[in-house]
Amino acid sequence: MSKSTESDSASPAPTEREAAYIAVLASPEFQELKRKHRNWVLPATGAALVFYFVYVLASTYAVDFMSEKLFGNINVGLVFGLLQFVATFVVTMAYVRYADRELDPRSAKIRDEMEAEGLA
Amino acid sequence: MIATSLPSLARAAEAEQVGNTTLNIAIFSAFVVLTLVFVIRASRTNKSTSQMYTAGASFTGRQNGFAISGDYLSAASFLGIAGAIALTGYDGFLYSIGFLVAWVIALLLVAELLRNTGRFTMADVLSFRMQERPVRTAAAVSTLVVSFFYLLAQMAGAGGLVALLLNINDSFGQALVIAGVGALMIVYVLVGGMKGTTYVQIIKAILLIGAALLMTVWVLAQYGFNFSDLLGDGAAAGAALEPGKKYGLDGVTKIDFISLSVALVLGTAGLPHILMRFYTVPTAKEARKSVVWAIWLIGLFYLFTLTLGYGAAALVGPERIAAAPGAANSAAPLLAYELGGTLLLGIVSAVAFATILAVVAGLTITASASFAHDIYTNVIHRGKAPDGQEVKVARIAAIVIGIVAIFGGIAANGQNIAFLVALAFAVAASANLPTILYSLFWKRFNTRGCLWSIYGGLIITVGLIVFSPAVSGSETAMFPDQDWSWFPLANPGLVSIPASFLLGIIGTLTSKEHLEIKAAEMEVRALTGAGAEGKALDH
Repeated sequence: MSKSTESDSASPAPTEREAAYIAVLASPEFQELKRKHRNWVLPATGAALVFYFVYVLASTYAVDFMSEKLFGNINVGLVFGLLQFVATFVVTMAYVRYADRELDPRSAKIRDEMEAEGLA
Repeated sequence: MIATSLPSLARAAEAEQVGNTTLNIAIFSAFVVLTLVFVIRASRTNKSTSQMYTAGASFTGRQNGFAISGDYLSAASFLGIAGAIALTGYDGFLYSIGFLVAWVIALLLVAELLRNTGRFTMADVLSFRMQERPVRTAAAVSTLVVSFFYLLAQMAGAGGLVALLLNINDSFGQALVIAGVGALMIVYVLVGGMKGTTYVQIIKAILLIGAALLMTVWVLAQYGFNFSDLLGDGAAAGAALEPGKKYGLDGVTKIDFISLSVALVLGTAGLPHILMRFYTVPTAKEARKSVVWAIWLIGLFYLFTLTLGYGAAALVGPERIAAAPGAANSAAPLLAYELGGTLLLGIVSAVAFATILAVVAGLTITASASFAHDIYTNVIHRGKAPDGQEVKVARIAAIVIGIVAIFGGIAANGQNIAFLVALAFAVAASANLPTILYSLFWKRFNTRGCLWSIYGGLIITVGLIVFSPAVSGSETAMFPDQDWSWFPLANPGLVSIPASFLLGIIGTLTSKEHLEIKAAEMEVRALTGAGAEGKALDH
């Protein structure tokens, strides 16, 4: 069964509705939205994960560095750990700001146009 | 580590003469009555599938943010992390950090796109452009497996906690209590549906975060709000300020620490009961708002755990915590007793119980929705189930899942529950996250890649855990007297997660199936919300 479905879906002619979506996808407005979205979320996620794993690796293999006391009983490891919280909050706020300014107006415009054409 | 043997905690509490049964029952009953009022009020609209699963997508971002926090902050987060920090110090802090940073992935990559492309379940998104029946089946199987392990841990923890609240120490009495918890949870889900369950989670989140804040301020007040002095006392008592006390022993434990850190940070965005919460709001923008609220609430809570953990070490002492037969899990309740006596212990225990109940209800509704919507309606009836049958099936599924959880909870009572929670996270990160990300970001991704990644991830993860020291061959294992282990790591994430990502790529590229046309529609809808917004309200 799966075989026949596979060959069916390998080269079907797009329906009218599918062709309309393909046209939206190819439109410069959508491509700009997609670029603005990916160029922000992918690097930001990557940076947050890199920062997290640097912290994990330092906690594992750089114990002396992490144990160094900065003031009172507060050591590098604790500050590094708390910086993970700060980083998460900063990425969150920055994303909300970016999405409000750059993403939402663009996606709303495309959606409205699609609805006007009876697509959505 | 997380919720090992709570029944023994009850014995410890009794031995120490902490707690007052009548007071505990009163506080606990107040919570049950309060939540039941909301659940019954919510029941009036609980008729359609849309109401049952997603409350008609009628919640605001802020409400949903509180509910997500309520769903996410399980007993593992409250009792487990406080205990881990109190006993091992710095190494326990990793849980807090991993569980929080994980939300960056949920916010940036998953929440909004998922909201825009699905309606009820994780499978909605995965099967959007694939061959529907095999993919839905796989996604439902994975949802049920993750939910089952998560449920088991919570139920067993509930038995122990309520035993502590009500001072019941024999195993038959505890089994009755677990059955009672299960029955109550089934009532919440059946009567209140997603709306009622969400109210339970919102109330619970407020209570839990409030209790943690109260205890944090109370602990800090004892040290004149000098955090460094608190740390000094905690360290003097034995909770290390340096990393490595638990995981720095040798090369293998170090790798295990890294493996755990991978599962923690990648598991969240694949947890089905968390993903389903994104459907309870009307738009992607509200989904974003809910995650932002959740990040602030969850982050704040995990900051409190740091103070609670070192506070418990300093004021109760790791020896006393470890000597309490419930070990690490007794840290937070014992700290409450140390600070505020019987009354605070009663409140904190009741809050911990509310925590478990809310998480269990959320898991049950997710699992029953997946069974009814994915398997019953879309796989068995090919999307054309008789009118009104799906809700009926979902209700029956909730009862069956509740009963299975009750028996599982009774069997797992006193077992090593930490292992079940870690398993749920590892399975979620392996079986679900790769397929979700590929579906949303890779247009070549197809049915075979999806199936290989889900089933491969499930089999590899569960298989490696079965042969890990968490199950056999070590003192803390489920079967400490036997040894069939050959995989050295307690958490399989470091191996199973990359393997599932790889299987998704290999499966996709070896299949001739091309779905770029359907992918175009999915991509447009995911980013713009066309065809999704407000639609859920019509049903």
